[in-house]
Amino acid sequence: MKVLVPVKRVLDYNVKPRVKADGTGVDLANVKMSMNPFDEIAVEEAIRLKEKGVVTEIVVVSIGEEKAKDTLRTALAMGADRAIHVVSDTKVEPLGVAKLLKAIADEEAPGLVILGKQAIDDDNNQTGQMLAALTGWAQGTFASKVELTGDRVDVTREIDGGLETVSLALPAIITTDLRLNEPRYASLPNIMKAKSKPLAAKTAADYGVDVTPRLTTVRVEEPSKRQAGVKVADTDELVSKLKTLGVVA
Amino acid sequence: MKTLVWVEHDGGTVKESTFAAVTAAAKLGDVDLLVAGSGVDGVAQAAAGIAGVTTVLVADDAAYAHNLAENVAPLVVDLMGGRDAFVAAATTTGKNIAPRVAALLDVMQISEILSVEGPDSFTRPIYAGNAIATVKTGDAKLVLTVRGTAFDKAAATGGSATIEAVTAGGDQGLSRFVGSEIAGSERPELTSAKIIVSGGRALGSEEQFHALIDPLADKLGAAVGASRAAVDAGYAPNDYQVGQTGKIVAPEVYIAVGISGAIQHLAGMKDSKVIVAINKDEDAPIFQVADVGLVGDLFTLLPELTAKL
Repeated sequence: MKVLVPVKRVLDYNVKPRVKADGTGVDLANVKMSMNPFDEIAVEEAIRLKEKGVVTEIVVVSIGEEKAKDTLRTALAMGADRAIHVVSDTKVEPLGVAKLLKAIADEEAPGLVILGKQAIDDDNNQTGQMLAALTGWAQGTFASKVELTGDRVDVTREIDGGLETVSLALPAIITTDLRLNEPRYASLPNIMKAKSKPLAAKTAADYGVDVTPRLTTVRVEEPSKRQAGVKVADTDELVSKLKTLGVVA
Repeated sequence: MKTLVWVEHDGGTVKESTFAAVTAAAKLGDVDLLVAGSGVDGVAQAAAGIAGVTTVLVADDAAYAHNLAENVAPLVVDLMGGRDAFVAAATTTGKNIAPRVAALLDVMQISEILSVEGPDSFTRPIYAGNAIATVKTGDAKLVLTVRGTAFDKAAATGGSATIEAVTAGGDQGLSRFVGSEIAGSERPELTSAKIIVSGGRALGSEEQFHALIDPLADKLGAAVGASRAAVDAGYAPNDYQVGQTGKIVAPEVYIAVGISGAIQHLAGMKDSKVIVAINKDEDAPIFQVADVGLVGDLFTLLPELTAKL
């Protein structure tokens, strides 16, 4: 079975985002960028399925600027077999991404598509579900466990209140939650090897997909700042503070 | 504008998150509700009592019993013919279904809105709540998910909506429900609690987490939360997790114990009215957002505090 894994290049999760003074967005000049953490988990899961012998090929896809190639090379160094880069200098929204992925899925005919549950920049949590809708496939979102059994896949999902298991017909779409696995680091020899793995450069036009944005960002602002608080010396003082706040009688 | 709001329920009662979604939808226009499930007469009755609702549409079919997105999304799309907006709470259920609906309608969803600025304009958090974006859509129909803590809850009574049965495609045969493990708790639900006591990695073990956090929470009638570090270490179940990838909460009082305050955690709780932090590291980032801070060892301070309340 072939697995398709879309990955996104985002601001590194350890970096504190700074809102641009002109309110047009978050400043991404000269800051560290990395693979979206949920996508690393998706790549890792695909590799583990390959190591179990149920997956034969892993194709990673990224949509975005030239530098998204670095993110694809990272995925190849982790263990993916080949990469497709849909080059776009403008931002592509989840709906556009889902449409491109649908076109790629039509070409590649994967048995599974594994995506991260959300990208930590836009926090949308949409692409996987949208791709499932467009392909007409089943979806196992927020997965913390994936088990392939014959022509179905059992997905344990993290839901409000606990866990839920669903059985999906293949091909299917899975989106990863944090606890699915612990992604591996790429070793230096594998990083070197990844440089010679195939990476195809494409454009949205190659797939005949219109990715014109539907949303306009009017402005981006800092959230309102909290007033500086006070420190108390001991639990007595804390209790009296809690009393003034009305937490306790 | 006519809106359709997804009613989240447990087969008997309407979940809290739905009431905030109704408030958000009412800012756009007439509110109709969709109750989907199996044997949901009671829920439909309760939903019809929510203030400001016009019609409650009831889809009673085994195919909708477990909120499977594959079955529910076509049902919603069917009902969107004469309506302009689909609104769901930004819960795991809403987040699972709404984008599937949006793609079938060929519109962009606007996720986790914080406010309604106009008929086509909304604010939403990006970058783990470190920035707030105002977005405007050019799409013909709206699909929105609503952050429950950002809107007041609609009154559960006072309404007198008409109830109408609807049918649609039923089981699409793509997925089936196998089973669930719901963590039992007698404490208030995390997302709707007035007070939350939350523990971090500094608690050291599952036993100490329960021995120290639980008594304080019980004294205050509070819900218990946890940081991702505490959940990953196995001190607390994953549905306790507060943060960007867990639950977003905004209680009256949030008491963070042994939590450093990483940006992913702050994203889930920084809209709490009052934040209290207990941490031995006086430079911990949590103190930058805390209204009341106490520096010291939680293993001595917490039992002391619990005893004094």
